[in-house]
Amino acid sequence: MKLEKIHMRVQDEKERSCNFEEVALGYTLEEAKLEASRCLDCKNPRCVAACPVQVNIPAFIKHLLADDINSAYYQIYDDNILPSICGRVCPQEKQCEGACIVGIKGEPVMIGALERYLGDYALKNDIVMEQHIVENGIKVAIVGSGPAGLACAAGVRKMGYDVDIFEALHEYGGVLKYGIPDFRLPKDIVETEINRLRDIGVRFHKNVIIGKSITIDQLRDDGYEAIFIGSGAGLPSALRVAGENFSGVYYANEFLTRVNLMKSHHFPQSATPVKVGDNVAVVGGGNVAMDAARTAKRLGAKNVFILYRRDKTSLPARLDEVYHAEEEGIDFRLLRNPVEFIGENYILKQVRCEVMELGEPDASGRRRPMPTNTFETFDLDSCIISIGQSPNPLLKDTTEGLEVNKWGGIIVNDHQTSIPGVFAGGDVVSGAATVILAMGAGKDASVEIDKYIKSK
Amino acid sequence: MYEIVAKEILNKDVDLMVINAPLVARNAKPGHFIILRVDEEGERIPLTITEINGDLVSIIYQKLGYTTRLLGTYNVGDSLSDFVGPLGKAAHIRDVENVLGIAGGVGAAPLLPQLKEYARRGVKVTLVIGARSKYHLILLDKYKEFCDEILIATDDGSLGTKGFVTDVLTELYKTRTFDHTIAIGPLIMMKFVVILNKKHGLKTDVSLNPVMIDGTGMCGNCRVSIGDKTFFACVDGPDFPGEEVNFDELLARQNYYHDEEHICNLRLVKK
Repeated sequence: MKLEKIHMRVQDEKERSCNFEEVALGYTLEEAKLEASRCLDCKNPRCVAACPVQVNIPAFIKHLLADDINSAYYQIYDDNILPSICGRVCPQEKQCEGACIVGIKGEPVMIGALERYLGDYALKNDIVMEQHIVENGIKVAIVGSGPAGLACAAGVRKMGYDVDIFEALHEYGGVLKYGIPDFRLPKDIVETEINRLRDIGVRFHKNVIIGKSITIDQLRDDGYEAIFIGSGAGLPSALRVAGENFSGVYYANEFLTRVNLMKSHHFPQSATPVKVGDNVAVVGGGNVAMDAARTAKRLGAKNVFILYRRDKTSLPARLDEVYHAEEEGIDFRLLRNPVEFIGENYILKQVRCEVMELGEPDASGRRRPMPTNTFETFDLDSCIISIGQSPNPLLKDTTEGLEVNKWGGIIVNDHQTSIPGVFAGGDVVSGAATVILAMGAGKDASVEIDKYIKSK
Repeated sequence: MYEIVAKEILNKDVDLMVINAPLVARNAKPGHFIILRVDEEGERIPLTITEINGDLVSIIYQKLGYTTRLLGTYNVGDSLSDFVGPLGKAAHIRDVENVLGIAGGVGAAPLLPQLKEYARRGVKVTLVIGARSKYHLILLDKYKEFCDEILIATDDGSLGTKGFVTDVLTELYKTRTFDHTIAIGPLIMMKFVVILNKKHGLKTDVSLNPVMIDGTGMCGNCRVSIGDKTFFACVDGPDFPGEEVNFDELLARQNYYHDEEHICNLRLVKK
């Protein structure tokens, strides 16, 4: 068995830092099969246990090796309705690939790349898994069309429920549309994978804000037997430092929404502008921070740097994203904590940072950044704050009896909220996490919804 | 799609449009706003709801920026790409005996439903309304239906007092006082009304209309400093206590994309 993985081809780094085309180009069938042949087909596959939706990885790999591509795809689709998306955005090194036995002595099998190959193959060749749905006519409402909502909708629809998805924005997909940039997740892929749900009879309604346009109580009056809330973690966390409201200071949500959803990189064809200037700082070390930095670069910024208060090994972003960001010339200014924005006439000019050093490990197991009382100032045209998101309080504020914890996450018990018949899952429960965890929660909630309705 | 069922030209800069939008109308109250996108390439802009009638929602817009000018080219029977709401917090109608409304320019539109609600509750309503000229005054007839008193200011003196609303207010405060005031208009007008009102010990509610994208508290574009705290106008507002608003910061945020607006407007001329 080969210890080295088959590397996925990528777009040239110089070229790609000026365009929004996808960076990673995917495997060919030959490459996929070569990579798949490295799988040991373990008796107790640790990769499956490490997958939040327990995709039967050895089984799909066997189909792939046997040249039965359709069956390989069906095998994944059974557990994961968005393989092309998850193959691109899952933190595989912390899940399936992190658990892969081959990874102990060599490089783990590139399970994400294989999943992506199969998902893309199915989209390109219009392979659709036949599903026989026995209608039961019972209405279920889904709030939010992001990963959690989509997975829950697919789950309950397959059981025969009549499903309506309500989306607040003008496009479907939630964070897949407004959050993750094209160069990492092309929007046509999101669109096509979502359309598969439309094909099985899920109804989509855009521009409907549950809690405002229709309240949860009104949904019940409208005949929905169960409601699933998957409204995500949309509230940006603030640094809470002086000057944060200067023009030129963005929260990543605004910056990325301008580009990804409103297509401001096509301005003025698209009417929503965005400006970054030459010198851009991005505060934070997660995937959103990497997305923001790489987007700023593509918009023409000359110097883009990450300000992160810990060291490189603590960066929470996917390894691939950090690697790609470095290749594209993003500068990592580590152990720097912004303490103040300096502006003129309320326009951002500089950021003042405290230099940090690492102390004892904190609750997260990472070494705690400690202040040193040494400061540095950087000139800036814009700054993008990407230090996390918490659940949007809109539903809590408009729904009597909906209990949340102190971080704003909806409290659930077996995916059911404090209101009987109202379920929740994904980031609105957990706080900002991953696409696949949200999908797992949505899928599990669909089972609980079925149990609840049947027990009534 | 959201069909335009009526359109009325209020003056050469301002139109009223009635849109068929049942899900916006269902829960809308005075003070709520909507976000619309004219077409598939459009930006999202917020506009206050002026009136609700069954499934129909009225909006009033000034053809100043790219999107409102584009909207102005749409007519009855055309449809808008997106129209979502109701957004924001409904106006807080206070328990008072007399209220003063101060409207500047197109600010007369968002003020209308609030003052009307006060009148409906039997509160004595006084209006000070200002505009560039008598041709730029809007909704006077609608206000006349319920206001106890209306004072007018025009920049050119073509109707009422020549000058700004603050000139009329200065005169008015010599003899009168009010339990509460609401000022809606250009930021600069609201800023100076608040300064004047403070001198007379009057509280002023203002309605803010910063740049917004999603309108649901997600992007933070519409944030405003109120006292030493930050609020999102889309979900915490649009109404705020005027005394606490940092108007200068807000003016800077409002003008940040000024040059880009100009580029868009040039494109509209070509269209």
